[in-house]
Amino acid sequence: MDIRWNEILITGDPLILGSQIAILLTMIGVVAGITYLKKWKWLWTEWITTVDHKRIGIMYIIAAVLMFFRGGMDGLLMKAQTSRPEMGFLDSQHYNEIFTTHGVIMILFMAMPFLIGLMNVVIPLQIGARDVAFPQLNALSFWLFFSGAMLFNISFVIGGSPDAGWTSYFPLAGKEFSPGIGNNYYAVALQIAGIGTLMTGINFIVTILKMRTKGMTLMRMPMFAWTTLITSAIIVAAFPIFTVALALMTFDRLYGTHFFTLSAGGSDMLWANLFWLWGHPEVYIVALPAFGIFSEVIATFSRKTLYGYKSMVYAIVGIALLSMLVWVHHFYTMGSGALVNSFFSITTMLIAVPTGVKVFNWLFTMRKGRIKMTNAMLWALAFVPCFTIGGVTGVMLAMGAADYQYHNTLFLVAHFHYVLIPGVVFAVFAGLYYWWPKMFGYMLNEKIGKWHFWLFVIGFNVTFMPMFFLGLNGAVRRAYTFSEESGFAPLFLLSAIGSVILALGFAAFCYNIYWSIRYADRNISSDPWDARTLEWATASPVQHYNFAKLPEVKSLDAFWYMKKNNEGLTLKDSEIEEIHMPSNSGLPFIMCVAFGIVGFFLVFEWHILAAIGALGIVAGLIYRSFDYNDGYHIHVDEIKETEKSWRNVEGEVHNHVS
Amino acid sequence: MLKLKLFFISLFSILFLSGCEMIVFQPQGPVARSITELINWSLIWMGLVVVVVFALFGYIIWKYREKPENMDYEPPEEHGNTLYEIIWTAIPILIVIAITIPTVKTLYALEEVPKGYEEKEPITIHVTSADWKWIFSYPEQDIETVNYVNIPADTPVDFKLTSASTMQSFWVPALGGQKYSMGKMETQLYLVADNPGSYWGRNTNFNGKGYADMEFEVLAQTQEDFDKWVEEVRETAPELTEEKYEELLKPTHLGRMTFNKTHLEWVNHADPNSKTYTHPELYKNHGYRGKTFEEEDNYRNKNNQEHMNHDSHDNDSNDGHGGDHSGH
Repeated sequence: MDIRWNEILITGDPLILGSQIAILLTMIGVVAGITYLKKWKWLWTEWITTVDHKRIGIMYIIAAVLMFFRGGMDGLLMKAQTSRPEMGFLDSQHYNEIFTTHGVIMILFMAMPFLIGLMNVVIPLQIGARDVAFPQLNALSFWLFFSGAMLFNISFVIGGSPDAGWTSYFPLAGKEFSPGIGNNYYAVALQIAGIGTLMTGINFIVTILKMRTKGMTLMRMPMFAWTTLITSAIIVAAFPIFTVALALMTFDRLYGTHFFTLSAGGSDMLWANLFWLWGHPEVYIVALPAFGIFSEVIATFSRKTLYGYKSMVYAIVGIALLSMLVWVHHFYTMGSGALVNSFFSITTMLIAVPTGVKVFNWLFTMRKGRIKMTNAMLWALAFVPCFTIGGVTGVMLAMGAADYQYHNTLFLVAHFHYVLIPGVVFAVFAGLYYWWPKMFGYMLNEKIGKWHFWLFVIGFNVTFMPMFFLGLNGAVRRAYTFSEESGFAPLFLLSAIGSVILALGFAAFCYNIYWSIRYADRNISSDPWDARTLEWATASPVQHYNFAKLPEVKSLDAFWYMKKNNEGLTLKDSEIEEIHMPSNSGLPFIMCVAFGIVGFFLVFEWHILAAIGALGIVAGLIYRSFDYNDGYHIHVDEIKETEKSWRNVEGEVHNHVS
Repeated sequence: MLKLKLFFISLFSILFLSGCEMIVFQPQGPVARSITELINWSLIWMGLVVVVVFALFGYIIWKYREKPENMDYEPPEEHGNTLYEIIWTAIPILIVIAITIPTVKTLYALEEVPKGYEEKEPITIHVTSADWKWIFSYPEQDIETVNYVNIPADTPVDFKLTSASTMQSFWVPALGGQKYSMGKMETQLYLVADNPGSYWGRNTNFNGKGYADMEFEVLAQTQEDFDKWVEEVRETAPELTEEKYEELLKPTHLGRMTFNKTHLEWVNHADPNSKTYTHPELYKNHGYRGKTFEEEDNYRNKNNQEHMNHDSHDNDSNDGHGGDHSGH
C-alpha cells in the first residue's frame, strides 16, 4: 500500500485554500466553544446518544440546513461563473466538481434529511405513538447519513471532489476517464448514507403499520402520515437498486471489474438504467412527504378538513406505483426505439393525472375556508403556481419526441428546479414554520419570515425562469462557460441576479432562526395554530414520552374532533401509568465513526487499513447482538410533575378555541 | 401575491417576445419542424392548464382570505365531491390523450426517413465522438472531417452514431433532435436541411473537462457545391493513417481537420469487440489518483487484442456483451 502523503490535501486553488482554512478555524472554534461552555457531557448524553425521535429529527434538520448552505454556495459559485460569457472565475474542472456536489448534496444531504427530520419529529406524534418502532435503529440511520454526508463533504479539500455529475454516468465516471479518487467518494459516501435511508424506510413502515394509537385506522391518519408510509415503501423498493448500482460502481473503480466500463464488454447503459430505476422514485421520495406537509398546512390554515381525503390517498398510491415505471424518460435519446419511448412517455404523462387531482383537492380545501396567511401557509400557497409551472413543463419533457430537443438543456434544469424547489424546499420551509413551536416551544418570527418568503420566492423565479428560455435557445446544462456570440448573456446575467436574491432569502431564514432563538416569546400555547392533528394535543416542546396517556382517535382530524367535542383534553391523575421508554445508546455514533473511517480508507483505496477499520463495524454488530438493555420506566410522579407544568398554564387548550 | 403575479406576467411577456427567435422554434428542416409542431401543440394545452389553475388559485385565495370582517366565519365541514373529483381526473386524462397521440406518431416518424424524402437516396455519415471532438466519416466518399460536417441540402442524411470514448449526445437543434453516441454500439438519427446554410451543433451530454467547447458546424450545401467540396478534399486533403487517428483520439481540443480515407477501414467503434482507445494517464486533475487498470482490449496491447478477438469468435460466452443493444 503506497500512500502519497503530499497529494492528499488539494493544493493550488485559492478558493479551496480559503475553504480549508475556514473549515479548520470553524472546527477549532466549535471545539473551543464547547469546551469553554463545558457542554461536552451535555452534548453526549442529550444529543449524540439520544434515541428520542424528536431529537433525532432535530439533528437531521440541523444537518440539512448546513448542507443547504453548502449546496447553495455551490449554486452561487456556478451562477457567478456563468454570469458573463467566457468568465474566468472557475476553471472547467472546478465547475464540474461544483455542479456534481451541488446536485448530490441538495438531493441526498439536504432534501432527504430535511424531510426525514420532519417525519421523525412529527410522525410518531401524529399517529399517537411514543417513539418509532426501532428507536436505536433510527439513531443509527441518522448517524450513517451523517457519516456519509461528512465523508462526501470533505472531498473537495481532501483528495478531490467527484466530477462526473450527480448522475455519475459511465464510462465517464469510471477509472478510464476519471482516474482520480473523486468518484470513489460518490460510490462510498452515498453507499453509507443510503444504508441509513433504507433503514429509515423500514423503520417508518413498521412504525406506521404497528404503532398507531387506539382508533387510528389507516383511513383516519393525517395525510403526512400517509405520504410518509408510501414514501417509506418507495424507499424500501428503490434504495436497494442504488445499493447494488453503487456496489458495482465501487467494484469497477476499486477492483477493475467491467460492469459499466467502455472496455472489456462493460455497458454504460446498464448504469443509466440502474441509476434512474432508483433516481426517479427518489424524486417521489422527496416529493410525496412534501405533499403531505402541504396537506397539513393547507387544511390547518383554511380551517377545513382536507378536501377529497380518499382520492388524495389513492393519488399518492398511484404516483408511487407509476414512479417505478417511468425511469426511461431520463434517456429517451439513448436510442431505445419508438415503442419503448412511447410506453415511457405515456406512463410519465399519466403521473400528471394524480398530481393534478392533488392540486385541485388543495385548491378546494381552501375554497369556502378562512385562509390565514401565516408564513407556513404562504409557502404552501406559493407552491401551487410555481409547482404548476414545474408540472406542465414536466409533461412537455415527458413527450419523448419533444424531449429530443429539450434533453440536457437548461430547459430541463429549469423544469426540475421548478419541481424540486416549490415541491420540496417550499414544503420544508412550510413545515419548519408550522412545526417549529412544537419542536422548540416558541415560534419563528413572522415578520422576518415574510422577508425570507418574498426574497426567496422572487429570487427563485428570477433565477430559474430565464433558464427555460435559455434552454430552448440551445444552452446546455453543465457547461462551465458560453461564448459571447451565443447571445445567452442577458438571460444568464438575469439568472445570476436572481440567485443573489435567492441567497438573501436564505440569509433572512438563518437570521430568523437566530432572532427567534434569542428573542421569541416563550409563553405560547401548545396549540398555537388551532390545528387539527394529534401532535398538537401534547406539550410544546414535546415531553420525551410524547403522551402521558395515549389519545384515542374517533375520526379524521383527531385533535380537531377532540377540541370540538371537548373529549380527552384533560388528564386525571388516576389515568397516569408508568411509561416504558428505550435507553440511550452510544453505539450508533460509534458505528458512524467506524463507517466514516472505513469509507475514507476505501475512497483512498487503502484496502488493508479499510479492512482493519471494518473490524470496528463487525465489533459493533456483535456488541449490539448481545445487548439486552430493555429500556427503563418513567415513574408516575415524574409524569405528574411534567404534565402539571404545562397543562395548567393560562391559554392552554381545554376547550375548542375558535 | 398581486405583486408577485404582476412580476410573473411582465417576466413572461419579456421572455416570450424574445422567445420567437429561439432556436428550437426556428426549425430548418422537416425533422426539426415535426418536433416544433409537437411542442407548439403541447404549449396550447399546457397554457390552458396554467391559465385554469392560476385563475382558480387567484380567485380562491382572494375570496376566502381571512379578513377582519370574516373572523367569526366558521368554514363548513366538507369531505369532497365525487362529481368534481371525476371531472378533474377525467379532463387531465383527456389532455394526456390529446398530446400522447401526436407524440407517439412523431416518435415513430423520427425513426424513419422524413416524410416526402422517401424517394431520395440518403447519404450515410458515420459520427464518432471522442474527447473532445466530433469525427465525421463519409464511407461512400471515403473522406473524414473533424468538428465540421458538410451535407447536401434537401437530402436525408443517415447519421450513424458511436463513440470512441465517453457517452455523448449529438444535437443539431435547427435540424432535429439529439441522440446519444455510445462506445461499442451504434445509434442512428435522420436529419434533413431544407436549404443550404450553416447550422450549429454540439454535444449535450456532459463528458468531462472539455465538454463546454464540444461544438461543430453542419454546413448544408447544394448538391453541386457538395460534390465539388468532396472532389476538392479528395485531391488536396492528407491521408488519414492509423497513427494519426490514434493521435486524434487522445483527449484534446482540435480545430477543423479534413482527411482522405476514413478510420472505418481499421476500426469501427460501434462493433462490440472493437479495440478500446482509452488514455487514463492523460486525464489529470488536482485530486489524488487511484489505481488505474491495464485493459487487455486497449489498442496499445495490439497483440492481446488480436488474441482476444480470436477468443471471442471461438467462445460464445464472450459474445454479445453490448452487441444486442446496438441501435436501429
